Amino acid sequence: MLAYIFRRIWQMLPTLLGVVLLVFLLFNWVGGDPAYVLAGKISNPEQIENIRRQLGVDQPYYVQLGIFLKQIVTADFGASWSTNEKVSHILATRLGPSLTVLVPLLFLETIVAIALALAVAYVRGSLTDRMVMIVCTVGLSISILVYIIVFQYVFAYKFGWFPVQGWGNDFWENLTKFSVLPIIILLVVSIAPNLRLYRTFVLDEINQDYVRTARAKGVGENRIMWVHVLRNASIPMITHVMAALPGLLIGAFLVERFFSIPGIGREVILAVERSDFPVIKALTVYVAIATMVVNLLADLMYKAVDPRVQLK
Amino acid sequence: MNDLTLKPVVPPKRREIPHTVSPGLWTLAWRRLRTDSVAMVCLVIVAAFLLMMVLSGLNLVARDWAKEVGVNYAPPSWFNYEPPPAAPATPSGQNAVPEAAVPAVATPGSAFSSTVVDPIGGALAELQGGAKSAAPSSGGESAVVDPLADVMKEIEAQKNPPAAEGKSVDPLADVMKEIQAGKGATAAAADTRRATLPFGADKWGRDVIAKTIKGSETSIFVGLAAALVATLIGTFLGALAGYYGGWVDDALNWFYNVFSSIPYLLLILAVAAVLQQKGTMTIVLILGLTGWTGAFRLIRAEYLKHKGREYVQAADAIGASNTRRMFRHIFPNVSHVVLVQMSILVVAFIKSEVILSFLGFGVPVDVVSWGSMLNEAQNELILGKWWQLAAAGGTMAVLVTAFSLFTDALRDALDPKLRGTGS
Repeated sequence: MLAYIFRRIWQMLPTLLGVVLLVFLLFNWVGGDPAYVLAGKISNPEQIENIRRQLGVDQPYYVQLGIFLKQIVTADFGASWSTNEKVSHILATRLGPSLTVLVPLLFLETIVAIALALAVAYVRGSLTDRMVMIVCTVGLSISILVYIIVFQYVFAYKFGWFPVQGWGNDFWENLTKFSVLPIIILLVVSIAPNLRLYRTFVLDEINQDYVRTARAKGVGENRIMWVHVLRNASIPMITHVMAALPGLLIGAFLVERFFSIPGIGREVILAVERSDFPVIKALTVYVAIATMVVNLLADLMYKAVDPRVQLK
Repeated sequence: MNDLTLKPVVPPKRREIPHTVSPGLWTLAWRRLRTDSVAMVCLVIVAAFLLMMVLSGLNLVARDWAKEVGVNYAPPSWFNYEPPPAAPATPSGQNAVPEAAVPAVATPGSAFSSTVVDPIGGALAELQGGAKSAAPSSGGESAVVDPLADVMKEIEAQKNPPAAEGKSVDPLADVMKEIQAGKGATAAAADTRRATLPFGADKWGRDVIAKTIKGSETSIFVGLAAALVATLIGTFLGALAGYYGGWVDDALNWFYNVFSSIPYLLLILAVAAVLQQKGTMTIVLILGLTGWTGAFRLIRAEYLKHKGREYVQAADAIGASNTRRMFRHIFPNVSHVVLVQMSILVVAFIKSEVILSFLGFGVPVDVVSWGSMLNEAQNELILGKWWQLAAAGGTMAVLVTAFSLFTDALRDALDPKLRGTGS
């Protein structure tokens, strides 16, 4: 097990190096001299010169790459070009609000989608099943933007059930007041595609011999669905939940922007709007690392769910 | 005599032979597709949208989408073709909404404040409270322009047009000024503006139907073009990796891993941040250059499967070159996978374009797309102007539903084994 984890981390290194190279190529080569970007925002020429020296713009490319690698390892990307805040501080403070929305969402979404998928697959072919599938297909086609705009308008602004936007310092207040509507919106948006997919996973299992055997020996329907079928259907589900995590992040980008949640997503959008390269560079590299770690976790979870899986 | 000599020349049975040749993959798929009524309806809808895109691209329809044919925020109405307001239009008063025609947006004063200002005031108070409590948690908050601030300014601008003009932070402020300048010159044109339009009008009185058609053109074009670019890249790299294997495969797989380990939207935003220039072709390139990974994975697997088959070995035996084997022999056999993948990508890219344009990183300001319409609609909704949101969101939903259902049917018709691979 430990040997497997180490081998996987070892295999990640070339990919990680590729990500670093890609980001480096984008921002140092395609992006060109930061002086052009900075000219509009920093009036002090000495400060621009300072940033250029810090990035090693006049040095050969391998020196610049070395500087970038050092920045990644030490997590010291200098200061933001727009707000002069330390990039490491930006990352550390923005992570909390994002997780406050994402973690409850991930749990709720997985539980609700699985429960609905089991229910819908159980009554497969019925009118309920077909209606749910049609609603899912149509719901999937409406832009996430429309959901956010309409929900924010109707539930927060018109009915006043939730705050229109905002964020506080208190974790419980954030969780129970400010992040409720964002979570509901993301839940609605992400359930339609997942329900469709999970239903096919459950349907693949529901006609297997072991289900018939369980029924023959008198196991209750609830136990068959929740224990026997779910455990077998959960392998593709885990793959999908993990694969959908970056997509969840995308939804979170927009929701954070609409509801003024000071999270990673809003920070990315702001950084792109302001051409704040250090922030985007740091975020891209670290989010890519996080994605790779999540993929590793997914593979480890297979083993926990299904002991027959051999990690190799 | 004659009969006997003629018979062997044209035997009736031989005529039948061409009919017994088994139909090709595409014919079979088309036959399967034709029996699927849902797929055919979706095909008609998609074809109608494509036709609309071409017509609009050739300037045959919606040519005058930027022309202000109605009053500002003219409400939608199918029957009520009221004559244009008789009041003489003065250059300064043109921006104000004629009260009689549009009661919901009645200008300064009683009706307006009693219906709209109160809820907003509550929301704003809450907002300010929220902002205050949020301030200590993170620095640099002050620079943020939040969506409601825009709305508030807009409301104030309505209350008090001349005062607000100078300090507007609206990204379209320049355009608006230009339009207002144009208005001054063509004061007579204002007399022909209509009080209502079948689908309403936007902030400047532009017809929402024409605008939606123009927006559809942009969004569908971006989706199609970007899907073409992404599929070309993915197919070419996938063919190389699957066909040659070895170090080529390793290198391209590494490339694939690098691209797929950065979340898609983050990658797009990073590229958009670097490129710094907006344009329809830029957004096509951004989406195309970052979105090829799915096609690569599928095509590579197909080429791996096909390269060992007998017909490829036979092509090798008759001396066909690698390139010829790859693209003349194998490619037609995997082209259905390419088509389905491209179809999936079109939908995905239309959605991405809408999000990017909404955020302001997509199409330039003078080009209208569903995303930029939704961006305007976001602020309009709080003023009670729902029609642009409905038009853009609804049109997009219809096209995307039709396209997705058609893609599903296409996939099932072309290759039932592929069922469930797309999302």
